[in-house]
Amino acid sequence: MAVEEQFVARAPDPQLGGIIKLAVMAVGGQGGGVLTNWIESLARAGGYDCQATSVAGVAQRTGATIYYIEMAPAGDGTPVFSLAPSAGDVDILVAAEMMEAGRAIVRGFVTPDRTTLIASTHRALAISEKTVPGDGVASSEEVRAAAEIAASRLILFDMEQIAADNGSVISASLFGALAGSEVLPFSREAFEQAIRAGGRGVEASLRAFGAAFERTADGIEPIASGHAGEKPDASGSEPTGSGPLLEQWRALRARVDGWPETVGDMARPGLQKVVDFQDIAYGKEYLDRVENVLSRDNEDKDYLLTREAAKYIANAMAYDDVIRVADLKTRAPRFSRIRSEMAAPDDSLIQLTEFMHPRAEEIAGMLPAGIGRKVEASERWMARLDRWFNKGRRLRTHRVRPFLMLYILGGLSGYRRRTLRHAIEVDHLERWLRTVFEYLDNDYDVAVEIVRCRRLIKGYSDTHARGLSKFDRVLDAVKLVAGREDAAQWIERLREAALKDEEGEALDGAVETIRSFT
Amino acid sequence: MAERSFKAEVEHLRLGSGETFTGEGILAITKALLQCGVGYVGGYQGAPISHLMDVLADAQDLLGELGVRFEANASEAAAAAMLAASVHYPIRGAVTFKGSVGVNVASDALANLASSGVTGGALIIVGEDYGEGSSIMQERSHAFAMKSQFWLLDPRPNLPSIVKAVEQGFELSEASNTPVMLMVRIRSCHVTGSFDAQDNVRPPLSVRDALSEPRRDFARVVLPPMSFAHEHDKINNRWPAAEKFVAENKLNEQFGPKEFPVGIVLQGGMYNGVIRALQRLGLADINGNTDVPLYVLNVTYPLLQDEFLSFSEGKEALLVIEEGQPEFIEQGLSTMLYRSGSPVAIHGKDMLPMAGEYTGQVLLDGLTAFLKKAAPNCLPGQVVAPNFEMPTVPDISKTVPIRPPSFCTGCPERPIFAAMKLVEQELGAHQITGDIGCHLFACLPPFEIGGSTMGYGLGPASNAAFDGGGDKRAVSFLGDGGFWHNGLSSSIGNMVFNKSDSVAVIVDNYYSAATGGQDIPSSRADNPTKATNNPISKALEGVGVEWVRQIDNTYDVGKMREVMREALTTDYDGPKVIVASSECMLNRQRREKPLRNKAVKEGRRVEVPRFGVDEDICTGDHACIRLSGCPSLSLKTLDDPLRDDPIASIDQTCVGCGNCGEVADAAVLCPSFYRADVVHNPGGFESWRAKIGQRFIAWLQSRRAVSRLNFSEA
Repeated sequence: MAVEEQFVARAPDPQLGGIIKLAVMAVGGQGGGVLTNWIESLARAGGYDCQATSVAGVAQRTGATIYYIEMAPAGDGTPVFSLAPSAGDVDILVAAEMMEAGRAIVRGFVTPDRTTLIASTHRALAISEKTVPGDGVASSEEVRAAAEIAASRLILFDMEQIAADNGSVISASLFGALAGSEVLPFSREAFEQAIRAGGRGVEASLRAFGAAFERTADGIEPIASGHAGEKPDASGSEPTGSGPLLEQWRALRARVDGWPETVGDMARPGLQKVVDFQDIAYGKEYLDRVENVLSRDNEDKDYLLTREAAKYIANAMAYDDVIRVADLKTRAPRFSRIRSEMAAPDDSLIQLTEFMHPRAEEIAGMLPAGIGRKVEASERWMARLDRWFNKGRRLRTHRVRPFLMLYILGGLSGYRRRTLRHAIEVDHLERWLRTVFEYLDNDYDVAVEIVRCRRLIKGYSDTHARGLSKFDRVLDAVKLVAGREDAAQWIERLREAALKDEEGEALDGAVETIRSFT
Repeated sequence: MAERSFKAEVEHLRLGSGETFTGEGILAITKALLQCGVGYVGGYQGAPISHLMDVLADAQDLLGELGVRFEANASEAAAAAMLAASVHYPIRGAVTFKGSVGVNVASDALANLASSGVTGGALIIVGEDYGEGSSIMQERSHAFAMKSQFWLLDPRPNLPSIVKAVEQGFELSEASNTPVMLMVRIRSCHVTGSFDAQDNVRPPLSVRDALSEPRRDFARVVLPPMSFAHEHDKINNRWPAAEKFVAENKLNEQFGPKEFPVGIVLQGGMYNGVIRALQRLGLADINGNTDVPLYVLNVTYPLLQDEFLSFSEGKEALLVIEEGQPEFIEQGLSTMLYRSGSPVAIHGKDMLPMAGEYTGQVLLDGLTAFLKKAAPNCLPGQVVAPNFEMPTVPDISKTVPIRPPSFCTGCPERPIFAAMKLVEQELGAHQITGDIGCHLFACLPPFEIGGSTMGYGLGPASNAAFDGGGDKRAVSFLGDGGFWHNGLSSSIGNMVFNKSDSVAVIVDNYYSAATGGQDIPSSRADNPTKATNNPISKALEGVGVEWVRQIDNTYDVGKMREVMREALTTDYDGPKVIVASSECMLNRQRREKPLRNKAVKEGRRVEVPRFGVDEDICTGDHACIRLSGCPSLSLKTLDDPLRDDPIASIDQTCVGCGNCGEVADAAVLCPSFYRADVVHNPGGFESWRAKIGQRFIAWLQSRRAVSRLNFSEA
C-alpha cells in the first residue's frame, strides 16, 4: 500500500460549488421543454457554461417528465456536467404541479441543506385519483408538510392560475417564480430577454412571468383547501320569489333556528336543496324527518346523528329524476354560467347540445305509481318502452323547440309526487331511516354510520343501480358486525371499501374478511 | 408532418469552419454526418432518435444540394438493408434507429452486412433506450455487435466527443471493412452543448454516380463457400485491423495519474456520471481532472487487450463500470487478466447493480464501495464516517400517485377503447393483444385492455395461437405505423393465410403518432417527397381480407361498439379487420388552431366546440372518467357541505372532440354533459334568429321564476 499512503485526499474543488444544478419536474405537455430552453439561453447569455438534458419519449404523453440543467461560470476549462439529477445533489427544483413536487421529494431531489423548491400548488390529477368512485384525490397538505421540512427554501403558489389569468402557460409563470426567487445570478431583465429571444407568445409570457415574479416576492400563500370537507354554509342564501312564498320560506327557516347549531349548519343548506327540488311543502317534510331524528338524538354526542341525517336525508329527497334534470338544464342562471365558463366574447353565440339517454326504467318511473308498477312488471311493456324511448337524444337547447320540451318536463314537479320513481324513493328513504332507528338504541355510532352509507347511492342508470347494490351489501353486512364493540369502525371500513372501485370488489373482499371472523 | 419542426435548426447544419454549433446531441450527429461526406442516410423513427429522422426530413433541401440521398425507411430492417450500398461502393452511409428493439428488427440485415463486410464506411446510429423513461424492454444492443462482429462505439456524452465518434466511426469502418454501430444513450441524444463546426463535404462518389457504374463482387455475397470465408476474414483480417486503428488513433481515452493503486474502466457513455461521483467524493475537479486513473472505452467492442493490460499494470484493483446486463465487458476484461496471469483484482457487478440504469446515486454508491474496499485512504473522512444527519422527511411515497402515460386530450383512440370496454361489458372479457404505439396505453388504467405486446406490427400475429376461434374470438390491436412497418405481411397476411377466425382492429390516426407524428403511406397529408394517401383498407383487400369495416369517425362510440360487436358475433369465420380512422388530435390541433385563431381575428364565422359538466346534475360517481381518462376531464370539489365526493369537471384545454358526450350516451351514464359551440362572428340573419329564440326562452324562464323560490347560484 505504499503509493496509497502517500495519497492525501484533497478538499472538494471549491469551483464545484459554482455548478448550479436545476431540475424541472413536469407533467407531459406542460411546456417543460420551453422552460428549459429559456433557462439555457439565460445562462449562456449570462456568461455561463450550460448543459440541459431531458428524457422525452412516451413520458410526454401526460406522464411525469424530468428536465435537467447544470451551469457554471465559464472559465478556462470545460466543466463536466452530469446528465441526470442525483438524490441530495440538486440546488433548485422546479415542480410544475403539486404531486410532482411530492415526487421530487420522494426521489430525494429536495434536501434541507441546499434545495430551493419552486412548486405550483395546482393539481393535474393522475388517472388513479380520478377513477375512484369516491374521493381519491391525493393530499396536497401532506406534500406541503413534507416540502416544508425537505426544502431549504420553499416557493409555493398556484402558478397555473397566474399563467391562465395572463393568457399564457405555466412555463412562463414558473420562469417568473424562478427569477423572483433570485436563486440564479441573473437579473430580471436577463430573464425577460430570454423570453424575448424565444420568440413565440412573448407578450403573454412576459405578463405571466411578471405576475409570478411579483407574487414570489410576497412569500408563501396557503394552499386552497382541496376538500370543502365539513365546512357548512352557515348563513344560507336568501332566495328571491313572490311575497307569500318568501314568507313561508322564512317560517321554515325559523324552525331550524331553534335547533342545535351543529344541526342547523347542515339543515339549512339541506332545506334549501329540497325546496329548490320541489316546493315549500316538501321542505316541511324534510324538516319533519330531521326533527324526528333530532328528537331521538343525544346531546352528549353533539347531535352528530342528526347532523349527518340532515345532510343525507336532503340528498335522498332531492333524487335525480328526469324532471329535476330537465328543470336544472332550463334555468336562466345556467345559460349565463356557461357563457362565462366558455369565455365567449359578447358578440358570439352559444349553441348547446345536451346528451340525454332515457331508458325504459326512467319512462316507467315517470308514470303514475300504480300504472308504473304494472308496466315495470310487464316484460312486454318494458320492451316496448325500450323500443320507443331507449336511444341517445341530442337536444339543442339553445333552440326553442328542444328547450320547450325540457321546459315542460321540468315543470312537472307538481305531478312528481304521484310518480312511481317518487314512491320508490320515499319507500327506500323510510326503510333506511327505520334501519337507522333500529340500531340507534343499542349502538349510536352504528346508527351514524348507517346514515352515512347513503353516500354510496349516486349516479344514473347502471351506475345508480351499482350504488344501490353496494348500499344493500353494506347494510347486509351490518347484521354481521352488529353487537361488536368495533361495529361502527367496520361499517366505516366497508363504506370506504365500497367507494374504492366501480364493481365493489374491495367491498366484497372486506365483507369476506368479516365473514372469516364472525 | 412531424410533431416538431426543425426548419430553424436545419440552418445550423449549414455552419462552416470557424463557426460554433450549439444545440442538441442528435443535431450534432446530423451535422457530423454532413461534415464526413456521407452519401446516403436513412432510418426509422423512435425515441430517442426520432428527432434525427425529423431533422433529416426537414433538411432535404440541404441534402439535395450536397447530393445526399435520404430515405425514411419502412422499418429498421429496411434501413439496415440500405447500407448494402456501402458493400461494393466506396460511399459512406449512415442509418439510425432505436435500440434495442430497432436493432432486433434490423438484425437480419445487420448480420448479412457484417458478414459481407463493407468498402465504404457504414455507420449504424443507435439511440439506446435504456433506463428511466424508457418505453421498451430493457436489453443491450451490445450483444448484436459481439455476435455479428461489427464494432461498437459508446462515446463520452458531450457534443465534441459524439461528433468525433461519427468521424472516427466512418474511418474505423473503412479501415476494417466492417460496419460500425455508434451507440448514443437516451440522455446523450437530448443533451445540449457546443462544438467547433467544419464545412460540409460532398460525397466523393454520390449514389447517383454509382448507379452509372455498377459494381459487383461475388466474394461479398453471403453464400457458401464465401460465407465461410467471411467468418475467417472477420477474425483474421478485419478484427486485427480494427484493433490497430483504435489503438493508433487513441479512440479510447485515459485520464488521471499513471501511478495509483486502483483504476476505473468505464463505457464512454458513463463518463459524466462517473466524474460527477468522483467530484462528489472530492476526487475530481469541475473540469473532470481526476485523481483516480480512468480508462474510458469509447469503443466498447472490440476490447483491446494490450491497451487494457498496460492500463492495469501496477494497479491492485480495477472497477469496471458497465451499465446493463449481462456484463460482457467485465467478462472480457477478466479473461484478459486471467490469461495474462495478472494479479490485479477486478470488480464490477459485485459493487454495482447488475440491472438498471446507473444513475448518479448508483454510481456514487458503487464507487464509494469500491474505494472503501480497495483504497480507503483516498476517501475524504466524511465519506468513511458521515458526521452529520439530515432531518427526517415524512414518507409521502404512498401519497404521490404514479403518473403513467396516457392518451392526449381529444385523442381519437380513446373512443375506440371506450367502445371496446363497453363491448366487453356486454359480451364478457376477451383475449386481447396490443401492439407498439400510442394505442398500447389502453393496457393502462382506466381501460386496461390488452395483455401483451410482442413487437411492432405483431399484435395480430401474437394472437395466432387463438386463430382457430372458440366460444369467444381473440382481438388484437395494431396501429397504422405498425401496420406498414411489419403488420401487413407478418400479421394481416398471416391471418389471411391461416384462415384466422379472430378480430384485428387497426388504429389509424394518419401518422406514426407515438414517435412524433411522422408521415406513413396511409397519411392523409400531401408530402412533396413521399407517396401518401394509400388507404389501409385497400392494402387489406389486396392481401386477401374479405371482411373489412372502415370507420371514418372513431368518436362515434355507438358505431364503434356496433362494429366491434358485429366482428365478435358474425358467422363469418375468416379474418375480420376493422380500420378505425380519425386524425391524431395533437397534430390536428397543431394544424387547425392557428388557422382558426386567424379566422376569428379576421372576422370570419368560426364554431369552437368545448364540453362542460352541469355541476348540479353530476353526482360524483366518476363513471365517465373510467371510460375516458381524458386529461381535460378532471375533478372539482364543490363548496357544498351536502356533497362528499368531487364532481367531474372539464377544463379549458378541452378540444371538443365529442368523446364525453358519446360515451355518456353509449354507456347510458348521465345527462350532466353538454357541448357548447361558441360561434364567433355569427352572420346577421343568424344573430337575429338567435335573438328571437333567446327572447322567447328568457320569457319562459322568467315565467317559471315567478312561481317558485329562486336560490342564487353561488
